[in-house]
Amino acid sequence: MIEASTTEIWIVILGMAAGTFLIRFSFLGLVGDRPLPAWLLRLLRYTPVAVLPAVVAPMLLGAKAETDPLRLFCAAVTIIVGVWTKNVLWAILTGLGLFFGLGAFLG
Amino acid sequence: MDSMISSPAARQFLQGAKDGLPFHIVIWPFAAIFGAIATQAGLNVVEVMGFSILVIAGSAQLAALQLMTENAPTVIVLATALAVNLRMGMYSASITPHLGKASLLTRAFAAYMLYDQPYALSTIKFEKEPDMNLSEKLGYFFGTAIPIGVAWYALTLIGALLGERIPSDIGVDFAVPITFLAVVAPMLKTLAHMASALTSVVLVLVLSFMPYGTGLLVAACVALVVGAQIEVWMEKRKDAA
Repeated sequence: MIEASTTEIWIVILGMAAGTFLIRFSFLGLVGDRPLPAWLLRLLRYTPVAVLPAVVAPMLLGAKAETDPLRLFCAAVTIIVGVWTKNVLWAILTGLGLFFGLGAFLG
Repeated sequence: MDSMISSPAARQFLQGAKDGLPFHIVIWPFAAIFGAIATQAGLNVVEVMGFSILVIAGSAQLAALQLMTENAPTVIVLATALAVNLRMGMYSASITPHLGKASLLTRAFAAYMLYDQPYALSTIKFEKEPDMNLSEKLGYFFGTAIPIGVAWYALTLIGALLGERIPSDIGVDFAVPITFLAVVAPMLKTLAHMASALTSVVLVLVLSFMPYGTGLLVAACVALVVGAQIEVWMEKRKDAA
């Protein structure tokens, strides 16, 4: 149970709201339509492939993650289907379908 | 209505909403579970909705909730939850070349909704169709973002009201990495992209000892450089050949 006072809870909510907004607004708000140098644009094009795998990897392979062969198998199939079909929807449906289908089947 | 649909921006909005549909499979149960466990942890409905409406960042909300139930000091809760969201500063930089010409108010609204799914979908779309103009890009971005945001509020509320009648152990924790993998996989189209993704995975695991998820930021920044550098090398090799 959370023992924090109502004030402390609202400090967390409002602090997170303000901080998260400022993080998201940072470049979009301050840089706006000023042109960015070509080398920076080149770097930024790699943002999704550089960030999202780092978010996912600890969930599947980290020390705290339960290394479940079923999950790793479904994750691998999702990547293969995604690379092959270039289609986000097919990759999600295959990965989740396999996970819940095989999960029900294997108990 | 017809004239609205026929405007290019409105068409893009609908396209974005359609492209965002697969993510609803994950967002709905995720939001309901957040609402349910937050209520069970002792937050009232207004506080739970305060999180989902004002912060609107699933993994950071869960991290904060986890630390609050462990009675961590408020400063630590804030620092950890915000560290989880720092990656969105990179999203902000990366989407600026596309949306930077919009008015300040529009940019502020876009920033409020700059979570993983609209960011990832919009980046894929804007790279595939570089001729889109600003209003079409905004239409698409908000088409992906607004329905997901509304679903996030609504299902948080349902979860909060149903409380413990929501089973929280149905494997939704696995649905989140699956959607992220599904977004990344189609982007792995060059050696540079693959090397960047691989660098990111290896480094984040090696740096897992770093506090408050800061290893993720280091891993992501190095991965950016690796991707861009390999792209430069490949171009030089092509020019030389």
